Amino acid sequence: MAIAETERLTAKTFAVEDSHPDWCGGCGDFGILSAVKQALALLGRPPHEVAVISGIGCAGKLPHYINSYGLHSLHGRALNVATGVKLANQNLEVLVAGGDGDGYGIGAGYFVNSGRRNLNIAYMVHNNGVYGLTKGQAAPTMRRGEKTKGMAEAAIQESVNPIGLAIASGYTFIARGYAMAQPDLVDLIVRAVQHRGTALIDILQPCPIYNDLMTIDFFRGRDVGQNRIYRVADEGFEGRVQDPSNTDEVIAKQQAAIAKSFEWGDRIPTGVLYQLEAPTYEDELAKRLPELATASLVDLAIPGRDTSKIQDAYR
Amino acid sequence: MKQNALSWMIGGPALTGGVNSSAELFAKACARAGLHVFSNIEYHSNIMGRHISYRVRTSDTPVHSHVEHVDLLLALDAETLFGTPSYQDYQRHGGHLHRLAPDGVVILDANDKIDRTAIERDDIHVVALAYDEVVRESVEELGVAFNARRHSVMRNMVPIGASCALLDFDVSHVLTLVAEVLPARHQDMVEMNRHVLQHAADQARQAYAKEDFHVTLRPRPERVGQMLIKGVDAVGIAKIHAGCGFQTYYPIAPASDESVMLERRQSEYPIVVLQAEDEIASMNMAVGAAHAGLRASTSTAGPGFSLMAEGIGFASITEAPGPVVVLWQRGGPSTGLPTRQSQQDLRFALQPAHGEFPHIVAAPGDAGEAARITHMAFNWGDRYQMPVIVLADKFIANSLVTLDDLGLDDLPVDRGEFWTLEMNGSEPYRRHRLTESGISPRATFGTPGGQFVTTSDEHTERGRIDEQVENRMAQMDKRMQKLDLAAREIPAEWQYELAGPDDADVTIVGWGSTRGPILDALPVLEAEHGITANFLQIRLLRPFPASVVRETLSRARRAVLVEDNYMGQLGMLIAEQTGIKLERMALKYDGRPFSQDEVVEAVCEHSVADIGRLVLSHP
Repeated sequence: MAIAETERLTAKTFAVEDSHPDWCGGCGDFGILSAVKQALALLGRPPHEVAVISGIGCAGKLPHYINSYGLHSLHGRALNVATGVKLANQNLEVLVAGGDGDGYGIGAGYFVNSGRRNLNIAYMVHNNGVYGLTKGQAAPTMRRGEKTKGMAEAAIQESVNPIGLAIASGYTFIARGYAMAQPDLVDLIVRAVQHRGTALIDILQPCPIYNDLMTIDFFRGRDVGQNRIYRVADEGFEGRVQDPSNTDEVIAKQQAAIAKSFEWGDRIPTGVLYQLEAPTYEDELAKRLPELATASLVDLAIPGRDTSKIQDAYR
Repeated sequence: MKQNALSWMIGGPALTGGVNSSAELFAKACARAGLHVFSNIEYHSNIMGRHISYRVRTSDTPVHSHVEHVDLLLALDAETLFGTPSYQDYQRHGGHLHRLAPDGVVILDANDKIDRTAIERDDIHVVALAYDEVVRESVEELGVAFNARRHSVMRNMVPIGASCALLDFDVSHVLTLVAEVLPARHQDMVEMNRHVLQHAADQARQAYAKEDFHVTLRPRPERVGQMLIKGVDAVGIAKIHAGCGFQTYYPIAPASDESVMLERRQSEYPIVVLQAEDEIASMNMAVGAAHAGLRASTSTAGPGFSLMAEGIGFASITEAPGPVVVLWQRGGPSTGLPTRQSQQDLRFALQPAHGEFPHIVAAPGDAGEAARITHMAFNWGDRYQMPVIVLADKFIANSLVTLDDLGLDDLPVDRGEFWTLEMNGSEPYRRHRLTESGISPRATFGTPGGQFVTTSDEHTERGRIDEQVENRMAQMDKRMQKLDLAAREIPAEWQYELAGPDDADVTIVGWGSTRGPILDALPVLEAEHGITANFLQIRLLRPFPASVVRETLSRARRAVLVEDNYMGQLGMLIAEQTGIKLERMALKYDGRPFSQDEVVEAVCEHSVADIGRLVLSHP
């Protein structure tokens, strides 16, 4: 990261002037977009070294509004596409974005297996509890018994616990953010990207059109007289594992994060819930082929390679 | 006396029997001796115990297929001879005794309690050797105490040694290979193996009542140094040669062998093989890597390919350079026949996802072609910025063939058109720029100034979502236009081949792995049946070489379509593309590949009568 470049970069560097988001007024996606651009400016990587990969849905449109490389891919497959991009060119800062249906529903298998891999990428899940683009069906995060105004019937399936699922899948950085808490979200994105390994930020966001339960007023806690959103760090919670070689500490921190993940109702925890320094997928590959510690496959894999040695093995 | 024209088969139970290693050892010994070899396997979808049969055919001239008859049958169990009992309805088969040619020989284990009266054939010979006894005697002769656990691994050397004796083939051809595969600490076993082979050979000569067996093997020193290779390995080598840096896969028969071969090379060459959580992941990872500028590929069979559908459409609409998808067909539908041959996926490969989009489908006819077409597939993916499907099958995947080399070194490398900053002037980069050729120069991720976003939605030249009428039509036209360009640019040799005489009584039409049995059938048809035949092999299925196929078929005196499927899918494609309907078909959908004899039979039958759709099977 060149310091000279860092000084030049602002959120505006990553803005796309001639493309305007078609999200609804009051959508949490605006907050997330703004936080991503601010975080990218702070991270100091020039736009051409950043790739934003998204799935399908309202959140999936994010890359169109960021000046970087971007693939607005398929529903639930953003992590797959991002895995290919990152492994081809490790020098890229790869951010992945998608909705809660995209990541925890149709993409649940890839959510789990990407955690196991621990590639050095950051994944932001825009969690609004509903499928906005298809007019408000329940997402996998909608709680049993809940019913938005757009749903014909209340949900009769259990909701998924993304934080718990991420712990169980091996994510090494797990955080919860809130789209309307801008400075905190910028900080979380910066930390997620700087983390070596697969980072998840579950970002709560209001959907003003289809989710009349998770509204801005709900998060502000008008009904309970206090802001529901609070920072776990303010209460002395430390999710980061100090000594990764200490299995007891790792397990204790995982249990603490899972316990926090069930907190919902009058108080909703945000911040870094778990972090572990562990070998990344790239580290493991470099053990196998040392060149990969300093170069990317895109530079190393040159067509026209001599294969006479392998062919001779069949003689 | 037939010199070097041998059809050999070994049969026995999977995993515990050592069928594969024995067959491959014998095939390799023949290949090392300079013989042309074609060797193919039939196996059940199981882990252990079910029946495997493995053929080895040798010849003095290039050979590309198997024949129905067997000269030498090595039985590791009674099931190899008689099949399964009639009450057993699970994985039933009829054994291989009926395949033995007159004067053929069965080599069996005298201790196997095989009911020899059940053989019921007096035109063949039985050589019964006590496999374990031969091993024990050989070991003890060297002053070593016999240890069944340590030494019985050599028991399959007994029928192989017996084969060598009958064929007048020096056991040293086999022994050299044994020495190569044994680790240094077990080199003392070489001498034991020599004794076992020698003993078995001596005993076989005594047990065989006749003077000479009707086939002998004579080494051809002038052909020493050839390769003996399976399609899966040939394709793996081609991927490394082509600079493929990323292979994704999900385990599936018969495709995973290709990925496993590449996994073993990951510390020698810059290639990462990623075993993904499913084929949806495999496909989309490869698409991501391709967009990032890396040559990427994935490999699967029909069930996995079904899952890849949406990713192929995604790659095509976003104009990814590739990836290359190798589809090793097996018997469908659904789980179907996991380890058996078919060519049932042609129509699926031609339209693998919803919507209309360009992609390339090319079908190699054998391992060598599979390697070269795979190399070219990366060029086409890069140049035309679309996914490329290499449509191979189980017969190519698992069959061993002799080749001088894979013929990769002289093939061109084409990475397509790249975007550079100068091209822009003051304008922002247009990833999907409308150009005369339809190809938009591509920027790979990480190139300064080339930032772009593209999407699986319909999009503008700049990759922005757009539903406007004019833009939609322009982008559709642009994408589909690239197929016309590919059809014009891809050299004829990659599109089709007309083998044999230009003018012939019969023109055989096929694609993919039926090439081998068809090529081998041509000289037989002429020599034994007085029928001159040529063979139109169609290699490029999309874009389709319609004019040359129309022209060839319109001057064919009698055209016979040969396919390993029920519907005659190439025939349907030809009708769609040329208006010519091939009435004479030879089809096979029993899960087994065509033999040379079956092609001969089909052409003969079609030559004497108008029988339309002929279905073949020789269980």
